[in-house]
Amino acid sequence: MKLVSRYIERDGTGRVALIPENPEDMWHAYNLISHGDTIRASTIRKVQTESATGSSSSSRVRTMLTVEVETIDFDTQACVLRLKGRNVEENPYVKMGAYHTVDIEPNRKFSLTKACWDIVALERIDMACDPSQNADVAAVIMHEGLANVCLVTGAMTLVRAKIDVTIPRKRKGSTSQHEKGLQKFYDTVLQAILRHVNFEVTRCILLASPGFVKDHFFEYMMQWASKNDNRVLIDNKSKFLLIHASSGFKHSLKEVLADPAVTSRMADTKAMAEVKALENFYAVLQTEPSRAFYGLKHVLKANEGQAIDTLLVSDNLFRSQSVEERKTYVKLVESVRDNGGTTRIFSSLHVSGEQLTQLTGVAAVLRFPMPELEEEPLDSDEDS
Amino acid sequence: MARHRNIRTMNYDEEYDGYDDVYGHSVEDDYASSPSMQHFLYDRSQEHQMSAYMQSDIPEEDELVSDESKSGNDVGVPSRIPPLGELEQAQLYSCLDLLRDRMGDALSEQAGIDAILACNFDAEKALDQLLKTSVASTLSKSTKSIIKPKPAPSIQVEKIRGSEVRDGKTPVKVVSAKKVVATGFSLPPTGTDASSSADRQPAKQESAVEETSRQLGCLQTPGATPRSTSPADREATPSATPKSQSRTRENRVDVASEYVKERSGTKALLNLVVVGHVDAGKSTLMGHMLFRLGQVSSKQMHKYEQESKKLGKQSFMYAWVLDETGEERSRGITMDVAQSQFETETKSITLLDAPGHRDFIPNMIFGAAQADVALLVVDATTGEFETGFESGGQTREHALLVRSLGVSQLGVVVNKLDMVGWSRDRFNEIVARLGAFLKQAGYKEQDVFYVPVSGLTGENLTALDEPKLTEWYSGPTLLQAIDKFRPPERPLNRPVRLVISDIFKSVGGSSGCCLAGRLESGMMQTGDKLLIMPLNEIIQIKNIAINEVSKGSCFAGDQVVLTVSGADLSDVSLGSVLCDPSQPIKVTSRIEARIVIFNIDIPITKGYPVVIHYQSLSEAATISKLIAQIHKSTGEVVRKRPRCLTKQTSGLVEIEISRPICMELYKDYRELGRFMIRANGTTIAAGLVTGIL
Repeated sequence: MKLVSRYIERDGTGRVALIPENPEDMWHAYNLISHGDTIRASTIRKVQTESATGSSSSSRVRTMLTVEVETIDFDTQACVLRLKGRNVEENPYVKMGAYHTVDIEPNRKFSLTKACWDIVALERIDMACDPSQNADVAAVIMHEGLANVCLVTGAMTLVRAKIDVTIPRKRKGSTSQHEKGLQKFYDTVLQAILRHVNFEVTRCILLASPGFVKDHFFEYMMQWASKNDNRVLIDNKSKFLLIHASSGFKHSLKEVLADPAVTSRMADTKAMAEVKALENFYAVLQTEPSRAFYGLKHVLKANEGQAIDTLLVSDNLFRSQSVEERKTYVKLVESVRDNGGTTRIFSSLHVSGEQLTQLTGVAAVLRFPMPELEEEPLDSDEDS
Repeated sequence: MARHRNIRTMNYDEEYDGYDDVYGHSVEDDYASSPSMQHFLYDRSQEHQMSAYMQSDIPEEDELVSDESKSGNDVGVPSRIPPLGELEQAQLYSCLDLLRDRMGDALSEQAGIDAILACNFDAEKALDQLLKTSVASTLSKSTKSIIKPKPAPSIQVEKIRGSEVRDGKTPVKVVSAKKVVATGFSLPPTGTDASSSADRQPAKQESAVEETSRQLGCLQTPGATPRSTSPADREATPSATPKSQSRTRENRVDVASEYVKERSGTKALLNLVVVGHVDAGKSTLMGHMLFRLGQVSSKQMHKYEQESKKLGKQSFMYAWVLDETGEERSRGITMDVAQSQFETETKSITLLDAPGHRDFIPNMIFGAAQADVALLVVDATTGEFETGFESGGQTREHALLVRSLGVSQLGVVVNKLDMVGWSRDRFNEIVARLGAFLKQAGYKEQDVFYVPVSGLTGENLTALDEPKLTEWYSGPTLLQAIDKFRPPERPLNRPVRLVISDIFKSVGGSSGCCLAGRLESGMMQTGDKLLIMPLNEIIQIKNIAINEVSKGSCFAGDQVVLTVSGADLSDVSLGSVLCDPSQPIKVTSRIEARIVIFNIDIPITKGYPVVIHYQSLSEAATISKLIAQIHKSTGEVVRKRPRCLTKQTSGLVEIEISRPICMELYKDYRELGRFMIRANGTTIAAGLVTGIL
């Protein structure tokens, strides 16, 4: 993302102009824009004109529109951000108050005006504009019969292909069906990799599986490449990294990213930092349960005692429709920072973020034990 | 001008076609609501069958048919309705409709009206009363009217309903259907069947009532559903028993007697799983055993010997009997469960050789889930036993897993004793250490035995001749020890359940697909129509094979391969369940379960991602809610809504599975109500399904 201009007043109002460049920037934009913001962007509008004789014609015009956002849609697969809202600025083609849906397009400037730019939003801009954060990794997690081809970027984990086939088991006296099934499975996975992984931008490709599936598959892939003279695979052979995983399900990606072989190979990406932070939380919960809490009620209580050392928050809480709710979390983040604690905002698209979201979305590791909190019942929203 | 022409040439009839039907007149003109007129209209919803109007050629049913034509189809007779107000009349008709819906044509209108009036327009009461009186008055008539099948209450899905209705719409039809389905044997005389069916009724009745009431939820009158009334009714009218069975599954002869007939001469069947730490010598032990028992020809063995020598792995030659894929042989480890067969003096054993490597525990769970008894193989070599037994080794994990999956009888095979010079002290040390652990794991002392063997040399497998061993050991050989396992009780009388563990194309000319698995309950015969869930399609069994031998039928506990037709099997996945169409298995993605947590490093919280292993299936899941922490032995709630569940505790949790799978409650089907939870490559908990949400 490129930051073009930034005018933010002392009281937090102001506008920021940004140019999104890649799909991930769309995700950042999705997290920035909330209900009630106004956005100014170039867009295409179908305009109907009626001539003096009464015949009408419609044409498509590109125009700059300013809309007040009412609904925000994000498609994680295609990485498309769509904002619907009312027109709030005079325009030759569109009436005031008319509805329009703006597609945020890559490489086109948009400017965003908020009534209140909070610390979380400002940080999000910094993060989005930091080019060093970009690290594209592809990961293929599999076990016999199941494979997930994922792309891991700084803020997102996208499952590009999920292959789920049944492989016949070995039977007494005949293993040919089993082997045939396995070949077919490998071939499907291989095709998925070729289709979804862009070897030019991907820094490394992780092949993870329990047992020998990964080795077997890698062997198969290389044989296939030399047989078919596939230069792409042969040239990028060194990018493949074989890692152990306990299963082929998506959440095993967490183990893969925590593997020391991966950590040494990749720069310290956000995904990895999140995995570590969450692991740390669980470790404390096991050893010292009175120092690790989750759920808004407990965490707020802990914050009152200025006890929070590390705060883990899922970013979907900041996308909340309700301004009140959003404010609560922003305040929490600010207050933890003021008290010298660290905060980690998890991307809800990563596996670790998914897990945190399930775990009420907010968790904290404390500086000192607060056993009195343990006695208190969990939040009422636990029931839902 | 152009427009004028259009109008001139317009075909008015066509333009206005349909206009009249929609506008300008009331719906009542089309659909007469007058009750007297309704009787003359053909009502599809009443499930008429042409066969109901035809004279059946089955002599024993003749009377019933004519009876029905008298009582049920008295359409022309004007009914006597006492003078009623408008409101009351409306009430009367709605009640009558309800009754007819319940009882079908068998209800004579006059009787219905009388009953409704007597019960002051309370349909439920009227129904009760009608049923009671009809039972009392005319036996044959009553069974007929009550058992008149309707879409089974348990059915949520249209498709099943279709099959159901097809199978038995009217009792008359059922008989003819039975003639078609029940090939292969003749129907037994009524009397014997009635008496034998009486003894299996309690179980069936209980399950049926439970099933219906649970699944329907909104069951209005328990007495009115066909399945729950019929058992009670049947006791009163034993002569009607075989005819009242309206379902394909039930219209066969009695399962128990069939079982005795088929299996009385043969040895008792036992599924045996062999587990243990990697490289404990499981495959070698069992391979050698099979060789000793003549299951593997010496020619074949010679081939294995030569080939393994070539690879420099001669010590694996016996393991090759069970490890058949190239991958398994070249790596020297078992990856998937191998199945084989051998016989002891009194038992016929289905051997399941499970992999020991920790990466293949999902496969091992699949093997153990099918087993009745288990052999735990431990390596007696110095240091090897310890690595397998310490935490991180599979000896502990496997023993726990097998116990959690419901296996209570365990044989511990102390292998490779030749490597330590048949030392008695070593054997005793291992027995002592394992004994303490197994007791803690929940095995009863009398259900565990220990046998010293050497898998590679074959000592004490089938015969005992090593002098160093006979010095201090005189007990049974491994074969004799296996023979002493007690076969478990098989749930023969429960509805059919078969969890599919393998799907493959049938070998040979016949088209169709093969499904393999263990029949958990009930029995199957060729020609049976079964429902496959969660696909929800009806398939027909073309062939049943046990150990590659075609059989006409199979019973609970058998490992079978079925050749089937009727559904698109490319959609069938592992873990699908074949079940009785009338009592389908539940499909769910959310369950409530009681879990026992093992020794784990990371506590379980809400939102914890896990892999759930259930029979042959493994699926991603999350713990969506911690309901309570439970005391391990007493089952009392220690704490409601705990923040986390730590190691060695028990809890009640809610689990959300990433896609719907077939599950059964533990209290209904013990084997099908158990599952294992794993995360990060270790088994973290064992669970029992307590609720399907």
